[in-house]
Amino acid sequence: MPVKDYIRERFFPHIWCSGCGHGIILNNMLRAVEELDMDKSDIVMVSGIGCSARISGYVDFHTLHTLHGRALAFATGVKMSQPKLKLMVPMGDGDALAIGGNHFIHAARRNIDMTAIVMNNRIYGMTGGQFSPLSGYGTLATTAPYSNIDHNFDVVALAQAAGASFVARTTTFHARQITDLIKQAIEHRGFSVIEILSQCPTYFSRKNNMGGQIEMMEWYKNNTTRIGSKAKQENPQLIERGIFVQRDMPEYCDEYDKVIEAAQK
Amino acid sequence: MPDLVKFIQGNQVVVEAALYAGLDFYAGYPITPSTEITEHMATRLPQIGGKFLQMEDEISSICAIIGASLTGHKVLTATSGPGYSLMQEGLGYAIMAEIPCVIVNVQRGGPSTGLPTGPSQGDVSQARHGTHGDHAIIVMTASNHQDIFEITVEAFNLAETYRTPVILLFDEVVGHMREKIILPEKGKLPLVERLRTSVKKGVDYHPYLPREDGRLPMSDFGSEHRYNVTGLAHDMWGFPTSNPGVVHGLMHHLVDKINNRVYTIEKHKEYYLEDARTILISYGASARSALHVVESRRRRGERLGLLELQTLWPFPFGMIREKCENARYVVVVEMNMGQILEPVKMSLPPDKVFLINRVDGVFITPTDIRNMLRIIHGKGV
Amino acid sequence: MAKLKLKEHIINQEWCKGCGICVHFCPKKVLALDDNDKVMVVLPDDCICCKMCELRCPDLAIEVITD
Repeated sequence: MPVKDYIRERFFPHIWCSGCGHGIILNNMLRAVEELDMDKSDIVMVSGIGCSARISGYVDFHTLHTLHGRALAFATGVKMSQPKLKLMVPMGDGDALAIGGNHFIHAARRNIDMTAIVMNNRIYGMTGGQFSPLSGYGTLATTAPYSNIDHNFDVVALAQAAGASFVARTTTFHARQITDLIKQAIEHRGFSVIEILSQCPTYFSRKNNMGGQIEMMEWYKNNTTRIGSKAKQENPQLIERGIFVQRDMPEYCDEYDKVIEAAQK
Repeated sequence: MPDLVKFIQGNQVVVEAALYAGLDFYAGYPITPSTEITEHMATRLPQIGGKFLQMEDEISSICAIIGASLTGHKVLTATSGPGYSLMQEGLGYAIMAEIPCVIVNVQRGGPSTGLPTGPSQGDVSQARHGTHGDHAIIVMTASNHQDIFEITVEAFNLAETYRTPVILLFDEVVGHMREKIILPEKGKLPLVERLRTSVKKGVDYHPYLPREDGRLPMSDFGSEHRYNVTGLAHDMWGFPTSNPGVVHGLMHHLVDKINNRVYTIEKHKEYYLEDARTILISYGASARSALHVVESRRRRGERLGLLELQTLWPFPFGMIREKCENARYVVVVEMNMGQILEPVKMSLPPDKVFLINRVDGVFITPTDIRNMLRIIHGKGV
Repeated sequence: MAKLKLKEHIINQEWCKGCGICVHFCPKKVLALDDNDKVMVVLPDDCICCKMCELRCPDLAIEVITD
């Protein structure tokens, strides 16, 4: 398998549950790196804590497994100190948007060049199924046994409002789109956010009577649509997939170079 | 460049010393009374082509410097009590992952928001025990600008030598005070540079395998060795493990590399100790008042001495025992409820150890010390 | 694009966790789970080499080799 050049094979099979969507994200993230023909030593993958964060252990890049929610803060230090490196920052939904919510919006605001991937399974998996800021109103979780009264963030709208210059969304059913979007995000100069809906058959779908991995991926197929499609106009409930934002904006490291120039005048 | 005489704030001395030591990356968040460090860094770093980041909080500031240290840079962040509390999580990470970095805490009154502009030395215990889990830590301090400069340079040297965070615990008085300093000529103070691995490309590199001398050569992120860094217990490749034997070795390595080297790491200053009947033990701004008392009393023939601590942790129990053996009175002078008093009492017969302190946000003065000494010496109020 | 011709499916039984995603979403029902819940090829001649089984496998356990 070509992607095997990019993994630490000795740690496989990985720790994720059978049918976990995170493996599909890993699979197609590696394909994006391969198709871009990137040098493994040019990539730093920074992750936080949780099921999602384990992804960094499996890839043969420079890998930094950090603290819950802090991946983007560590990544900011790596990127700013060595701008030639390519930063990939996969995060879970609780990781990126609850404990790491502040770092998320500020990294977006700075428009620092890195690729943030929100592996959204709508639950805290590693600790056993508590609701996350993306679970949504009316869902069930071990900490919402009577139904969740917390409303969810819209990751795309949040990232856009915070200033991210590339914002996209897809699902694990749409594997080719994962590869395509990650490729475009890596090539984009600035802060890129990709939300990938990813099934947690062990906790989220089981607790919410949505079946297992297959039913969840069928759900992704049937409840999502291309941005601006006819289907969306007919059924506004559908979740849109694709690139929502792609704009040229001054990148943070480039801007700091100007500060250095001004200071040395 | 020859020595340069300046009249500047202690906080600015920290900046100049860090640059002298080779710092080229800083991330921080404004907080009184350390803000001037962040401000001067913003001005000075781009002048030398270094990087300055104002982050969204202290949590992200310490995370950012850890990331930058991994690409091979000398890094620092500065804060005060409340920000230092927020940094405990990242501090533990830097200890576990063995990342060289320097963290400055210019202390103010606490707990909580406390006294933002009031002097205090209330974070001494937190600096020792702050982050969760067993760990050892190097904490240093200084009482005047010349010493701040040298101790700051030393902090970078120790961080690189032992692959560890080093805490600089200054206080509001020395941080904000202006006094004369001679900025030493380049090359005058020794500098320890990053020890990089000599392992060639394609050969198995072990980022967490200590050499015979205990040092662990590093490899910069972005260079040929791709390895893993984690806050989890890890093996010599940096990959997570819960193997009891490996975890045991890791824990002992992390603690022993510092605690077994107290005599190498430890720094202090001695004033009139030889025949002293009463020894004041102090550090930071408090030591300024203590020194004033000692010198004025010596002129009157009183056998008073000062032992000024510059390394607070690992605590120099043996040195204290040795220096204070013949003293009748040992008096700890500090601006807290006795945070250095405790380990001093563990070093000496407790009945000869006394405390002179202030915790009201007012600088402890020579008069305060003189008055309390009269009581300790049984001369009445 | 020229039509791809199947050479073989390489299945890594050690890595396969038997989630059945590849089996369920195969448009030609080429794959099935065996008695040990590991994926196996049952109708290789029907494979159209769309490779969706390979791309959707969470365990990197299946590869479609074409000529």
